[in-house]
Amino acid sequence: MKYLPLLWAGLFRKKTRTILTLLSIFVAFLLFGLLQAVAVAFESGADSADAKRLLTTARYSIIEPLPISYLRQIERVPGVQGVAYADWFGAKYQNESNAFPVFAVDPKRYLDMYPEFLIAPEQREAFIKTRTAAVAGKRLIERFGWKVGQRLPIGSEIHPKADGSMSWEFDLVGALDADDPAVRGNTDVVLINVAFFDEARQSGKGRTGWYIVRIEDSARARAISAAIDAQFTNSPNETKTQPEKEFAIGFAKQIGDIGALVSRILAAVFFTILILTGNTMAQSIRERIPELAILKTIGFSDGRVTVLVLAEAVLLLLLGSGFGMLVATGLLPTLNQATGGRFPPLFVHPSTWLFALGVAVTLALVIGLPPALRARRLKIVDALAGH
Amino acid sequence: METLVEIRGLTKTYVRGREKIEVLHGIDLDIPRGDFVALMGPSGSGKTTLLNLIGGLDTPTAGSIRVDGRRIDQLSSGELSRWRAAHVGFVFQSYNLLPVLSAQRNVELPLLLTDLSAAQRRRHARIALTLVGLEDRATHKPGELSGGQEQRVAIARALVSDPTLLVCDEPTGDLDRGTADEILTLLRTLNREHGKTVVMVTHDPKAAEYARRQLHLDKGTLVDDRAPA
Repeated sequence: MKYLPLLWAGLFRKKTRTILTLLSIFVAFLLFGLLQAVAVAFESGADSADAKRLLTTARYSIIEPLPISYLRQIERVPGVQGVAYADWFGAKYQNESNAFPVFAVDPKRYLDMYPEFLIAPEQREAFIKTRTAAVAGKRLIERFGWKVGQRLPIGSEIHPKADGSMSWEFDLVGALDADDPAVRGNTDVVLINVAFFDEARQSGKGRTGWYIVRIEDSARARAISAAIDAQFTNSPNETKTQPEKEFAIGFAKQIGDIGALVSRILAAVFFTILILTGNTMAQSIRERIPELAILKTIGFSDGRVTVLVLAEAVLLLLLGSGFGMLVATGLLPTLNQATGGRFPPLFVHPSTWLFALGVAVTLALVIGLPPALRARRLKIVDALAGH
Repeated sequence: METLVEIRGLTKTYVRGREKIEVLHGIDLDIPRGDFVALMGPSGSGKTTLLNLIGGLDTPTAGSIRVDGRRIDQLSSGELSRWRAAHVGFVFQSYNLLPVLSAQRNVELPLLLTDLSAAQRRRHARIALTLVGLEDRATHKPGELSGGQEQRVAIARALVSDPTLLVCDEPTGDLDRGTADEILTLLRTLNREHGKTVVMVTHDPKAAEYARRQLHLDKGTLVDDRAPA
């Protein structure tokens, strides 16, 4: 700490140059914070996946339904603790742009399968007991201004009712939420009671979209997956069972490999920062050769001068990156409000802060090393003589 | 008087490309503790090279330098840094203050290498600035001071760690006569009243008169050693 005034004074020796350099680092890390939040949001499905959950879908396409009779057969597979199921409703609310996932589920089985979804006990009971019940994610309720207790009119693009109408109505009996921001994105959903849905739909009765399977031991996920699929081999409805995380990653990649895209953009940004800041730092140290020589003259060792130059680079990067990350963290709630819940919730995950710290320190060391080595090699007599 | 600096057979050779230039040729010299020595001689005579060797800023090609009983020509780079921090104060012609730091912070610089607390460092720096008559300029940066004041700050920085030896390279070279006399008077006071041993390189015969002893170098050899008239 006692060297901080010396470092600070050296850093702001040329204020304009340092402020411009800080601005470029600030912008780079602002981008880093925002883009990492997008990547985390897209990967949150995979990150929040439970290693003890498997997903069983039709072997060749997720949109092919499976017989509901598979439920008992899957339950009997050794190592399986519980099974839930869900069917895709294909919802449309008011207009085309208000699309959100609606799943027809067995309420008790589904909520037991996802204990990370928070719901008030009385609302959970109402969902289980009311055949026309629906529960919705808290963010969706806020986005559309719904109230628990109201009738919820939702159109389906897939399932007509027995009378041919595509308009459905459910009783909104509860709100879903989650403590973990990464899980909260998964609550942007409406769950409807499959009992009413299956009875009222025109076609597809007795079938469901996919099964969610809880197993005792995640280490046996592969073996249990194979055992489930073996039950239905050579049947008209063969299955494909895989860990939830694999399924989520595969599903996210159908949208695009957001993580890879973000990594490439950030690599380009940081490479530019490396060149710009490295050049500025080298220039700054070159201008201060006589000052460094004086420090050595009064007793600063080669090692100490090397560390001082490196520390100056670290201070520069920490200041710029810290401001960038703080502003990104501050901006995201506003962005979330602006998107009105159409997008998964964006937030700066603690791991992103650690990642930013690692990137900043690495950049600082790479940028600071050449001038630091030059300072280390500096001969006092030559530097004082102006050679 | 007890010998503080003992130099025997001191030779310094520089290599510039393929050329070897011997700047000092086997110098023998004793400087007693508490002496004030002026090193004089024409340009290229080797006086700054000799001063740098005495101050531990450079290492000799041959010969020995013993300061306060310690062979400094045998110290490693790191040991030499620590030795300089503890035993030598430097004053240069161009002051060599850090322009971004206040006078107070400049004077505190050598104390960063000690275990003193921030408050103790501040107090020591204040005392050194008071000694050179600049206590009221502590918060000024070098750009806000006159040449004479800058050199006083440099002297305060040289004194703050209470070194045995003050090494001054043309300390009045950039100053007018009146200011130069003030600085030289200050150096003489430090020598006479505070017992500091001063070795000063100068071209200026008037400056050399402030010393107790004048040494003349010519082409790398000591040619004259006498007290001022």
